Amino acid sequence: MIRLENVSRIFAVGDQQVAALRGIDLNIAAGDYVSIMGPSGSGKSTLLNLIGLLDRPSSGTYRLDGGDVTDLSDEQQAKVRSEKVGFVFQAFHLVPRLTAAMNIELPLILAGIPADERKARVEELMENYGLTDRADHRPDQLSGGQRQRVAIARATSMRPTVLLADEPTGNLDQATGKEVMNLLEQLVAQQVTLIVVTHDPIIGGRAARQVRMVDGQITGETGQFVGRAMPAETERRAEPDLR
Amino acid sequence: MKFVDVVQFASGSLRGSRTRALLMMLAMSIGVAAVVVLTGLGEGARRYVVNQFSSLGTNLLIVFPGRTETTGFGPGMLLGQIPREITLDDAQALLRSRAIGRIAPLTVGASQISRDALNREVAVLGSTADLLEVRHMSIGQGQFLPAGDVYSSESVCVLGAKLKRELFGQQNAIGAWVRLGDRRFRVIGVLAIQGESMGFNTDEIVIVPVASAHMLFNTSGLFRILVEAKSRDTIERAKQDAEQILSGRHGERDVTVITQDAVLATFDRILRALTLAVAGIAAISLAVAGILIMNVMLIAVSQRVREIGLLKALGAPAAQIRNLFFAEAILLSGIGSVAGLILGEIGTRVIAQIYPALPVSAPWWAVLAAFGTALGTGILFSVWPARRAARLDPVMALARS
Repeated sequence: MIRLENVSRIFAVGDQQVAALRGIDLNIAAGDYVSIMGPSGSGKSTLLNLIGLLDRPSSGTYRLDGGDVTDLSDEQQAKVRSEKVGFVFQAFHLVPRLTAAMNIELPLILAGIPADERKARVEELMENYGLTDRADHRPDQLSGGQRQRVAIARATSMRPTVLLADEPTGNLDQATGKEVMNLLEQLVAQQVTLIVVTHDPIIGGRAARQVRMVDGQITGETGQFVGRAMPAETERRAEPDLR
Repeated sequence: MKFVDVVQFASGSLRGSRTRALLMMLAMSIGVAAVVVLTGLGEGARRYVVNQFSSLGTNLLIVFPGRTETTGFGPGMLLGQIPREITLDDAQALLRSRAIGRIAPLTVGASQISRDALNREVAVLGSTADLLEVRHMSIGQGQFLPAGDVYSSESVCVLGAKLKRELFGQQNAIGAWVRLGDRRFRVIGVLAIQGESMGFNTDEIVIVPVASAHMLFNTSGLFRILVEAKSRDTIERAKQDAEQILSGRHGERDVTVITQDAVLATFDRILRALTLAVAGIAAISLAVAGILIMNVMLIAVSQRVREIGLLKALGAPAAQIRNLFFAEAILLSGIGSVAGLILGEIGTRVIAQIYPALPVSAPWWAVLAAFGTALGTGILFSVWPARRAARLDPVMALARS
């Protein structure tokens, strides 16, 4: 399903080269539930962006569904994202001027799906996520949990095979965070590959497979921590602030 | 993404920043309205002049004494010569030309007109019966100057409508006597109200036979001869004939013949150039509106960086994002232009209400040009913002807070 071979990602910050990912090898099978954990700056978000085709590796190869997607053009990347990948973000990233229903509909609109089919799908999704009575509310009229439910509904509206969640519970309290995780895990049961990036060990610990990252490298899997003492300085430098 | 959805999405994001969009459209519509109203005014002025000219008569030639030519230092200047006058005989001689249909000699002077205790200064026009036709005048009451011998100095006169009202009020003027200078004239007709044309108000004149006017002002010369060519095609022939006949009689070419068409064409050209110039100035405001659109779109892009990042993450390719911003700009300038056209139309109507004499209406080419320029600048100036949006790196865009 997802196959990363010796993938590196190097950012140029000023005249310095900073490696956010170094020699990553990762295989994820269809329907896997994987969490990627590590301290901030360990490169886990960069890895997620690479998997989600929002970014390109500086070296190495990336195969998705058997096809090599390492060197796709922007347009081809967009097409793969549209058809196969769903994103759930920490900050929800809902469009503030659109209602909940319209936010869920957005990927379908972008993909050019006919209006009546869109309507049916959105209605089904809103019912599945208990949002029917919130359909006409704007994001600022929704609670954090509701917003993330809208975001998950949106991420699944194109029926992706891979769902990427970057700190999906980061802006939520514990109870709502648990609810959201339950919703995401239900998708795994429907053969969706779920990859969750988190620094929260409780959230990460729920995954069947747990990958640990430090300083742009995978240091261990499923609890078996291959520790390596890292100087704090390197850790900070590893993922540059791109803002 | 379907076309309808692009339009819907773009109008949705415009509604998201309503004030800005409305201000933008206002700027655009003022630009378009300015072009429409100003070209309408220029075109109205042009048509006004053309109408005025054709109300003077059709296929007209005007003969007046003297040559309007720069001749340099000639003997005439040395002797302080004034041009030889044109006489009534000269005028009658013009009728020999087969190209000329009718003529109306004109003598102009000012005199005191009085009736009982009422008196005022008045412009006196000496002419013949044909003036009515040649000059496209119409009679309100009674009759015009009698046809027949142009040399007879009958003591009859025709009053302008306003002059009649001032001297006689509501009373009947036909058959009454008025005094012009030291002579008495019987009123035989009153002109219909015609108003002013080319700075000459026929409502405030008195018309007498040309011979009577000559006696009144103690002269034998004519101020002008109005010549009507038989048809539009013979205007040039008539002009040549008139010049030839008069120079034959005078021994030299000492008259000027101008055709109404030539004068009209000159005015037409001048006013058209003026209209274009004014339209050009108004079009500058459209360019300014275009730059405003660019500014608005750039702000929109930087304000919606996160949204653009999201759209990319949801699978929108760069071209689609560019199209969305394009659509926004086209909507902005399109709605602005339409509003401007409506505004311009209203402005034109208001001006037409205030100045009914001026046939104000924007020519179709100006309306099209205003609309096209508005839409064009809108699109042109949104190319850069749209490209900037399309090129955003989604990872950075999403990380922006």
